[in-house]
Amino acid sequence: MSSRGLRQLAAQTRVDSTLLWRNPLASFFTVVLPLIFLFVLTALFGNELVTPVGSKLASRFVPGIIALSVVQASFVNLAVVTVFRRETSILKRVRGTPIRPWVFMGGLVATSYAVIALMAVLMALIGWAVYDVDLLWEAAPGLIVTLIIGGAVFCALGLAFTNVVPNETAGPPFLNLVVLPLYFVSDVYVPATDDTPRAITLIGDIFPIRHLAVALQRGFDPISDESMWPVTEWLVMAAWGLVGALIVTRWFRWTPRG
Amino acid sequence: MKSPAIEVTGLRKSYGEVEAVAGVDLRVEEGEILAFLGPNGAGKTTTVEILEGFRPRTAGEVSVLGQDPATAGLDWRERIGIVLQESQPEEYLKVDETVTIWAAYFSAPRPVDEVLEMVGLAEHRDQRVGRLSGGQQRRLDLALALVGNPELLFLDEPTTGFDPTARREAWAMIDGLRDLGVTVLLTTHYMDEAQNLADRITVIAAGRIIARGTAEDLAETASMRTRISWDSQELPLAELPVQLRAAAATLDEAGETGDPGTTSAEDPPRLAILTDDVSDTVAELLQIAGRLGRKIDSLEVLAPTLEDTYLSLIGEADRAGRLDH
Repeated sequence: MSSRGLRQLAAQTRVDSTLLWRNPLASFFTVVLPLIFLFVLTALFGNELVTPVGSKLASRFVPGIIALSVVQASFVNLAVVTVFRRETSILKRVRGTPIRPWVFMGGLVATSYAVIALMAVLMALIGWAVYDVDLLWEAAPGLIVTLIIGGAVFCALGLAFTNVVPNETAGPPFLNLVVLPLYFVSDVYVPATDDTPRAITLIGDIFPIRHLAVALQRGFDPISDESMWPVTEWLVMAAWGLVGALIVTRWFRWTPRG
Repeated sequence: MKSPAIEVTGLRKSYGEVEAVAGVDLRVEEGEILAFLGPNGAGKTTTVEILEGFRPRTAGEVSVLGQDPATAGLDWRERIGIVLQESQPEEYLKVDETVTIWAAYFSAPRPVDEVLEMVGLAEHRDQRVGRLSGGQQRRLDLALALVGNPELLFLDEPTTGFDPTARREAWAMIDGLRDLGVTVLLTTHYMDEAQNLADRITVIAAGRIIARGTAEDLAETASMRTRISWDSQELPLAELPVQLRAAAATLDEAGETGDPGTTSAEDPPRLAILTDDVSDTVAELLQIAGRLGRKIDSLEVLAPTLEDTYLSLIGEADRAGRLDH
């Protein structure tokens, strides 16, 4: 990448992250809401010892809420912002300038990654300081790979999803309609148990959010040394990301639909 | 001889059966302001979006700054500026932040301060875009189009929805672009806007060019005649000599023929004559009235306005269109 491209990407990232912080709705749903969920879950379900190795229940909630943060920061925020920019002709105007499309879009992706990093560190620290969650350094590399793959996959899916959103007011409800039910069947709030109906776990298995949540759990509560590298979950997510990327390259719209 | 900034021949754009642009020729010389004038739905925006590279065309030759917009690359985009008909910048950014990020998209931008000064937003630089008035947002639109230091500027209906004061201000600003040597293609559906700003006017209706030239040229093309009218009770039709009687009509009829005049059901009805020969006709009418011992205090002489010219051109195109189909 040229140095000019890098400078443009840095400038665009600064603008996009400034916009995220200044927009009260966007910052609430990407930063505040996950924090609230973490506190509510531990308040509701307590923080008992749950595993033979001595992990606390919060070590299930922390990765679940990090998964939620990843999806909110990449899939949801990227799609809402992009649909809004498409419908207000910002995308069209940008297309009329000499900036490369992927450099422009890169600003939002880099912003997503910044939020993901912030939220993962914040959740882990709160978990460690307040809820006695063990931080396992040997599992950290796998955790970072999961976050990198997760960010890319859900950014691609967020951009792909803009194709089905007709206008800017439909953005948030359309996205919530997709993610809210999936959070419940994807081990985000409460992990599935042996009693969970197969129909529910099947939905979770098909869509990528549960694979993200499970991969993140391995970073806090690995069952074995191999499970620190949740390759299967990575592959399923990557497959979804590939589908998203194909949809984006084939059908992404720069001009208003509404 | 310099090559034109924009040269279009035989441009067509169809959507299924509908031909939105039906064979348009257009030429914009370097450094001039050309108004592309026409009613809503005439094909202005479709044409301009083809020239901006946003839409593919069905047929025709298009050259913008020497390149085909359909295949032109990012280097070509460095040289053009675009103000869309409708667009809304990020409301949570400040004015100077918005212009600064836009400047970063171009390789040789104008300094941000200079651009803010040019569009009169220097004192609003720290204001959030969402808190600007409609007119100020439009200035910001123009700032974003100018910051890349373009050779060619597309302004798509820049003053639609403005109040009269804001329009005057916008006109002054656009007129100022002349000093920068920027070529401007301005679309509008206001005749007075075209007349005030443009060196030349090209009129489009129903996807076809129906007239082109300076404002004066257009008045001639439309062969508009002056309307002389009076109250029919003061000088009834029956009192006129035969040849004038044939030329006169009630205002309603004069309106119906597409000539100037309001098609009002005035009471008492007014009579009207459309003529190129104003003095002789007025003299003759006064003479007749004098002979009959009548007074025609209601006599009114109305020269065609540019608006009339424009409406007449559009009306003719509309009738021609109806005959075609």
